[in-house]
Amino acid sequence: MPNENHLAHMARTLGAWFAALLLFFPLGWLFLTAFKTELQAIHVPPLFVFEPTLDNFSEVQRRSDYLLYARNSLITSVVSTVLGLLIAAPAAYSMAFFRTRRTRDILMWMLSTKMMPAVGALVPIYVLAQMAGMLDSLSALIIVFTLSNLPIMVWMLYSNYKDIPPEILEAARMDGASLWTEFRHVVMPLSVGGMASTGLLCLVLSWNEAFWALNLTSAKAGTLATLIASYSSPEGLFWAKLSAASLLAIAPIVVFGWFSQKQLVQGLTFGAVK
Amino acid sequence: MKRHAQAGLALAIAAVAASGTAHAATELVIATVNNGHMIEMQKLTPEFEKSHPDIKLKWVTLEEGTLRQRVTTDIATKGGQFDVMTIGLYEAPIWSKKGWLKPIATDAAYDVDDLLPSIRSGLSHEGKLYAAPFYGESSMLMYRQDLADKVGFKMPERPTWVQLREFADKANDPAGGVYGMCLRGKPGWGDNMALLTTMVNTWGGQWFDTAWKPQIDTKPWQEAISFYVDLMKKDGPPGASANSFNENLALFNEGKCAMWVDATIAASFVSDPKQSKVADKVAFAPAPVAVTPKGANWLWSWNLAIPASSTKDAAAQTFIKWATSKEYVQLVAKETGWASVPTGTRKSTYANPEFQKAARFAAAEKTAIDSANPNDSTLPKSPYVGVQYAAIPEFQAIGLGVGQQMSAALAGKVTVEQALKTSQTLAEREMKKGGYYK
Amino acid sequence: MTRLMPRALMAPAVVTLFLWMIVPLAMTLYFSFVNYNLMQPGEHPFAGIDNFHYFVTDPDFWAAVSNTLLLIGSVILITLVFGVLLALLVNEPFPGRGIVRVLLISPFFVMPTVNALLWKHMMMNPIYGILADVWRAFGAQPVDWLTDFPLLSVIIMVSWQWLPFAVLIFITSLQSLDREQIEAARMDGATGVQRFFYLVIPHLARAVAVVVMIEMIYLLSVFAEIAITTNGGPGNASTNLTYMIFKQSLLNFDVGVASAGALFAVILANIVAVFLIRIIGKNLD
Repeated sequence: MPNENHLAHMARTLGAWFAALLLFFPLGWLFLTAFKTELQAIHVPPLFVFEPTLDNFSEVQRRSDYLLYARNSLITSVVSTVLGLLIAAPAAYSMAFFRTRRTRDILMWMLSTKMMPAVGALVPIYVLAQMAGMLDSLSALIIVFTLSNLPIMVWMLYSNYKDIPPEILEAARMDGASLWTEFRHVVMPLSVGGMASTGLLCLVLSWNEAFWALNLTSAKAGTLATLIASYSSPEGLFWAKLSAASLLAIAPIVVFGWFSQKQLVQGLTFGAVK
Repeated sequence: MKRHAQAGLALAIAAVAASGTAHAATELVIATVNNGHMIEMQKLTPEFEKSHPDIKLKWVTLEEGTLRQRVTTDIATKGGQFDVMTIGLYEAPIWSKKGWLKPIATDAAYDVDDLLPSIRSGLSHEGKLYAAPFYGESSMLMYRQDLADKVGFKMPERPTWVQLREFADKANDPAGGVYGMCLRGKPGWGDNMALLTTMVNTWGGQWFDTAWKPQIDTKPWQEAISFYVDLMKKDGPPGASANSFNENLALFNEGKCAMWVDATIAASFVSDPKQSKVADKVAFAPAPVAVTPKGANWLWSWNLAIPASSTKDAAAQTFIKWATSKEYVQLVAKETGWASVPTGTRKSTYANPEFQKAARFAAAEKTAIDSANPNDSTLPKSPYVGVQYAAIPEFQAIGLGVGQQMSAALAGKVTVEQALKTSQTLAEREMKKGGYYK
Repeated sequence: MTRLMPRALMAPAVVTLFLWMIVPLAMTLYFSFVNYNLMQPGEHPFAGIDNFHYFVTDPDFWAAVSNTLLLIGSVILITLVFGVLLALLVNEPFPGRGIVRVLLISPFFVMPTVNALLWKHMMMNPIYGILADVWRAFGAQPVDWLTDFPLLSVIIMVSWQWLPFAVLIFITSLQSLDREQIEAARMDGATGVQRFFYLVIPHLARAVAVVVMIEMIYLLSVFAEIAITTNGGPGNASTNLTYMIFKQSLLNFDVGVASAGALFAVILANIVAVFLIRIIGKNLD
């Protein structure tokens, strides 16, 4: 018996590490390439050992206003995520715990607001933004990001709240808890993991959003997606520089993801509950 | 006494107002493409702002496709997001005819006659210049002199495609990692179709006849595309049907191509030892011909233009004149060297001995640009302007659709005949929708 | 109070989404019935169903529809299967679990455009790509991914990017799995496979439904990956519905036909959604 568990444990460890490294490999390759020269980047066979250089990063710094783009990305992503959570959480809560016949229909309807490909709605939205004088403004991006991600947030939070066993809420209600107390002291602690993963996913979706970021902004409100757009496929070798720019673009988000991964998997512990 | 006070007050107000306007700088938002020369110009922004303290520059850099979509959407909806737009030789005739652009006011110091005539004519409408060029290119052949010597091939002055095939066949050595010919294959009106249009041109074909009927299922197209597909299948690298400029550049710089026909700017990249393994082994020749030299090498330029609805006309004109002037070329030469100056725009650049020394391919490039005439690039008469494209709005979608078919033919998914037939149908469909004929 | 409260809680979300949906939808509906090309400003004459007819009679239309469905179906399948497996793999503690979890989620952080360039240029190029190297190491001829298997290549790229999403949702959902129940079943002699199919899968049912529906919505509008790698080719092998709309909207600048195309996309999405709801809809409750 102990051996079996030991073997299974080793298999699990190896399997997990193998899968993780396989999945991570392209990104890791991007990381390596950011430190190569353009010539090294296109070398055949691909180079794993080489002398690293920081030239690409300094080129990115010199060429584009990284701090402005990063700041804009930060503001639009964070504000839209927070705003979205504030709007989505009550809605998901209501649908999870005060279910009606229409609940599923409403959920489907919310999802259907995302069915129109952005590229088809480009001209209407562009004209609207222009009429409202909101072209090249952070507010326009925040609104677009919030509303684009809202259905996803509602869905994920709904699913998360449904995972909470109703006995717990029954117990709280029988103890006379008000709605707010119920939410704050019972639901929230149990759904921290879900809210964190919802928040993180929507943060990433906003961070990487390129279509609206490119089309609704020009000089002032560009995000890191605009930065990346200025490095892809010019005439001339660009691969190492693009890798460096990409690293700079995703670095803040990866760091944030790393630090919040504990919250991501914090969840229900049935033993404690029972 | 009162009058003095009044005058004094008026003067004071005027002084305050004047100093106020002196502090308020005009901000220009410039949409531009991310090629090396534009990036260079961004680096020189402090120089411009120093000599023109009342103008501030803000740059929006995008890659070509996105830029085109962005500025077209903006100018058509009068969005007003950009004060200066970078447009290509393709947009200039269309937009100037629609009255969407302000003419560029040139003066004697600017010396508009110094602009290369083929490009200048492509940017002018009814005698007025509507966009100022800051970079121009044609296409040419780049090849490995060492490989030519090895197989005993002597490159003629003006090679033909058939002659080049001979070289490609001999030099093709996949086992040794060398492919005879590298050409574009990725679908796109500015990708594979740029090259293929020049091939069709030189085989005596055209996109549309004078009644605007697409000519894709005619003999010149048949011959040109069949030649291309056969050549690439035999002597081309794998993955060719997804390769565009950058992929071929990577291959050539790694020493994997014996020959490459593409934009003249590639010449500067392949002969730069910092990014090319074969920098010292490269030689240049004019783009190959077949039946006629007309339209065998293409013409393209990136240009600065001002939307007609602009409110910052004066500042924009000043900037554009600065950026495309002879003095700017000198500035770049001083700051970065003659090898990095924007090329393909002015005769004076090519006449400069320092430039000729720094850029080995300068003469070949100038000959190529001069010989490309957007108004006369096909053997039979054509109703459209443009060497490797037709300057009509419908061309982007048509070019992409045909490009997809050509790519499929190269990949062996369809026969050349099928590809041409499908292309003809889709072209006719688009032209009918565009109202060119019923 | 109990009747009003739920409605009040939902109101902000419903109202904002409604406005967000209705205004562009109304404009798109309007544009789809008129002749409106950005390159020809001026009057927008009524065009009846011309735009719809033009979009549907495009020779690429049916190929695009089938490619869209293939893309959606394949990516969902791949992310579901591997998502569940990977989530289960990391469900128990082992050395380096935290790092592994971050590595598994990392592809999601990459921008779609960078993702596409990464795969096209670094992985899939038959001459200097990593996969070509691997194939050569085994003595085989490298596969020309983008030429010979264009749609599959796009599917691989998109799956790589969306797998972390599925993994994350399943990890979160597995957290609430009742351990005691599983222990009890194991004590009773249920095998791993039985435990998996009778306890784990039902628990994950809702998470699966969430993943499927959300991915479907996003996968419908996959476009950057196609535009950067294959441009819909060779032929129309990797053209999907959104790419066709892009051609009309941003190449032809024909807002009328693009709007008609967008409405077709909405119709297709609704059909797929109804179909999926039939299969997994009850799991949402």
